[in-house]
Amino acid sequence: MKIGSPKEIFKGENRVAMTPDSAKHLQKLGYECIVESGAGNNANFSDKDYKDAGVKIAKTKEQLWKESDIILKVRAPEKSEFSRIKLGQHIISFIWPGQNKELLNSLKKKKVTVQAMDMIPRISRAQKMDALSSMANIAGYRAVIEAGNQFGRFFTGQITAAGKVPPAKVLVIGAGVAGLAAIGTAQSMGAIVRAFDVRPEVAEQIESMGAEFLMLDFDSDGTGEGGYAKPASKEFIKKEMELFRAQAPEIDIVITTALIPGMPAPKLWPAEMVKLMKPGSVIVDLAAEQGGNCDLTEPDKMIETKNKVKIIGYTDLPSRMATQSSSLYSTNTRHMIDDLTPDKNGVPFTNMEDDVIRGATVLNNGDITFPPPKPKIAAIAKHVNEKVKEKTPEEINKEKIDAEKKSGRLQALLLIIGACLTWCVGIYAPPEFMQHFIVFILSCFVGYQVIWNVSHSLHTPLMAVTNAISSIIILGALLQMKTSNDIVSVLALISIFIATINIVGGFMVTKRMLAMFQRS
Amino acid sequence: MTIGILTASYITSSVLFILALGGLSNQEKAKRAVWYGIFGMAIAVAATIFGNQVFLTQWLDWLIGAIVIGSAIGVIVAKKVQMTGMPQLVAALHSFVGLAAVFIGINSALLPHSDFSNTQLTIHNVEVFLGVFIGAITFTGSIIAFGKLSELITGKALILPGRHALNIIMLLACLTFGYMFLDHAGTWTLIAMTIIAFIIGAHLVLAIGGADMPVVVSMLNSYSGWAAAATGFMLGNDLLIVTGALVGSSGAILSYIMCKAMNRNFLSVILGGWGDTTGPAMDIDGEMISIDIESVASALNDANRIVIVPGYGMAVAQAQSAVSELTSRLRAKKKEVRFGIHPVAGRLPGHMNVLLAEAKVPYDIVLEMDEINSDFPDIDVVMILGANDIVNPASQEDPNSPIAGMPVLEVWKAKQVFISKRGQGRGYSGIENPLFFKENSRMVYGDAKKSLDNILSNIN
Repeated sequence: MKIGSPKEIFKGENRVAMTPDSAKHLQKLGYECIVESGAGNNANFSDKDYKDAGVKIAKTKEQLWKESDIILKVRAPEKSEFSRIKLGQHIISFIWPGQNKELLNSLKKKKVTVQAMDMIPRISRAQKMDALSSMANIAGYRAVIEAGNQFGRFFTGQITAAGKVPPAKVLVIGAGVAGLAAIGTAQSMGAIVRAFDVRPEVAEQIESMGAEFLMLDFDSDGTGEGGYAKPASKEFIKKEMELFRAQAPEIDIVITTALIPGMPAPKLWPAEMVKLMKPGSVIVDLAAEQGGNCDLTEPDKMIETKNKVKIIGYTDLPSRMATQSSSLYSTNTRHMIDDLTPDKNGVPFTNMEDDVIRGATVLNNGDITFPPPKPKIAAIAKHVNEKVKEKTPEEINKEKIDAEKKSGRLQALLLIIGACLTWCVGIYAPPEFMQHFIVFILSCFVGYQVIWNVSHSLHTPLMAVTNAISSIIILGALLQMKTSNDIVSVLALISIFIATINIVGGFMVTKRMLAMFQRS
Repeated sequence: MTIGILTASYITSSVLFILALGGLSNQEKAKRAVWYGIFGMAIAVAATIFGNQVFLTQWLDWLIGAIVIGSAIGVIVAKKVQMTGMPQLVAALHSFVGLAAVFIGINSALLPHSDFSNTQLTIHNVEVFLGVFIGAITFTGSIIAFGKLSELITGKALILPGRHALNIIMLLACLTFGYMFLDHAGTWTLIAMTIIAFIIGAHLVLAIGGADMPVVVSMLNSYSGWAAAATGFMLGNDLLIVTGALVGSSGAILSYIMCKAMNRNFLSVILGGWGDTTGPAMDIDGEMISIDIESVASALNDANRIVIVPGYGMAVAQAQSAVSELTSRLRAKKKEVRFGIHPVAGRLPGHMNVLLAEAKVPYDIVLEMDEINSDFPDIDVVMILGANDIVNPASQEDPNSPIAGMPVLEVWKAKQVFISKRGQGRGYSGIENPLFFKENSRMVYGDAKKSLDNILSNIN
């Protein structure tokens, strides 16, 4: 079957859903690929690149929609595209079915099958298709870059001949994928980064990125279904605001990424916070499309307040990095198609038993299958915050002493038992035996001390060499040779024979092994 | 030669043997240390032959023949053996010591001891009994271990019903015959006991699975030492006692280290089978994702810090030279390549080190588990070659796992893990490995050597 990607018609959309690279993979799955001429221009993929990758170029939109069995897009189909949709066509793109009921109904009439890239469940297996995460990653990075573009100072603190520059302080609100990407970017540019999230279990992720987690001393967990956040209680918000109020005068750059699925963005940075900020500070509101986390945000615009704080509300951050976002998005979609084509025969199969495909499919042959049943597996394992009691130095000391005492007592006990046993032996055994016994015990001790020092990597040579020297038993056989008893002589001879093999073989193989160990 | 000189020679030999073992504390000293061992042995043998005028025996031709042919066989075996075949060789050589101990013990019982007092005779007979008993167990145990390691016998544990009871009954039978032997019932009791001890030795090792072989081999190593020590008591020869004790404690310490590395109780290893688990294993979320050779090669090309973790699978596939080639190419590209070795990787203590040394991997980049474990979070790529249980995170994450608490290489903390494995099956212990299902893990199915050769052709 043929997979086609048209040029995106949404204003300002630079991304493209198929790259020459992803097309190669799709061809391996048995599909033919086709793109509309110029579809990749804004993302720096020329028609020639596509041709070289074996992709057919469609001169016009009509031709592309007509020839393709599967349409691969970034944005959801728009009204002007509806007429082009063929009956029973297969569409894979962002859909936002929760906000776009109308769209679903119009698509239903066309009896199409639709996989929404924004509906992929958040489980480990589906991460390779998680386009929301890929785009959020880019948005987070770009948010820092846009902020830096407007911010009048260095991110990193410097001491120069011309004076000292303090480092920029960045606050990231919401540590989802975008938030973490922003933390990482700001951190690597040298800023001091603080981050806040209502879900306590992300603290570890925040700290792993090198930022400071602003802890809210409150007994509540903001984790909702599927690893996303859920709305917070009033008391919680009050505490949260107090925390932000304390931070606002200090912070130079605020990046807000807080979203709750299916609801308008929570207002976390009200106008009073903006007033508290220093002139020249920058706010980047990644939730601008869903109404913004900041009261003053205007979607798709940058504004400056009276106290000289800039608020950036761009909603096209991924599209501003079209090459990068296209290549990530196309990889996500190709993984999606990979899962849809288990037989690798170029024919998609919408397997509604599969959790991931079930979640993503919003229309199956014209039947609306949205919303999907809840995913069976929790996205992030619930993290139980066990408070490990910090041990005081005295306690540690005490434990050490106790352990030492214990081992001392054990040792004393063993020594006493050993002494008693030796004593028992001494009562009955003749003196010659006791002399040998001394030698034996001392040798065991020597062996014990010596062997612990042997390097781990030389354990095999150790076994070979001990094996060779344990053939010292040959002495016994040699001593027994001087006898008139033939049976004894024959047995001794056999012993000498095999012990010699052992001695020579053991030493030689040890030498051979040790010669191999070389320093670089 | 006087007794004084004989004793002096024995003292020299003992010191040389101790130095030989002590020298193994590092690679450079070790090369000298072998010579100490060789000289010690030569002095001891020469002193015994001349000191006791052994050359006066009427079997002199035979004696010289045995020594010459034995040496020749020893040389051939030592030159021919492949490094992957070391475990088998060591096991086979152990069996020789065991058999020699049995023969010498029986001989000692056959020879008259008219000059002994009653107590002396009893003690002597106890020594004979112990020497033969330990020797017999070492002999058959080593033969079975040899068979298992060279895959002549199935590596699976043979679990007979009531095997513990069986062992106890056989042990009691041995003790009964031993008592009869002390009671001067005749040499036949000693021989009967030997036969039963043979069966015990075979049965003990048959019940132990392949993954526990490192412990078995070092345990047999220890036994061969104790057998020599018992023989020394029997003959009143201090050199035998010293050497036997050295070897015996060496093997015992090795067994202890191996058991500790597997977090297993020594007794439970020796008696076979895994310990009891307390609950169902944790569910594993995710899927095993395979990856093609080109992607592995490009990941290696991009990585700066690489760790390779070899396991028994590398030995089976004879992949060590391919590993070495890969290492030198990556190092030539100024990448940091190191090896992480788990104490029980392979079938013999230190097995992996020897294989890598054979393939000319420099030993200073081959690190122990404890040396490398803390570095994993900074590692870009970990390449696992035919290892399974030693990298199993279940040991730390799942308290119900049979290997819970076993120290393992924490490879999952690295950014990317590639696992070269023959198929989707489980490891030797039959435990599911959650590592394979982790998000940063990718499976490379197929023979380790072939996979590595293919990777090599993709690394410029």
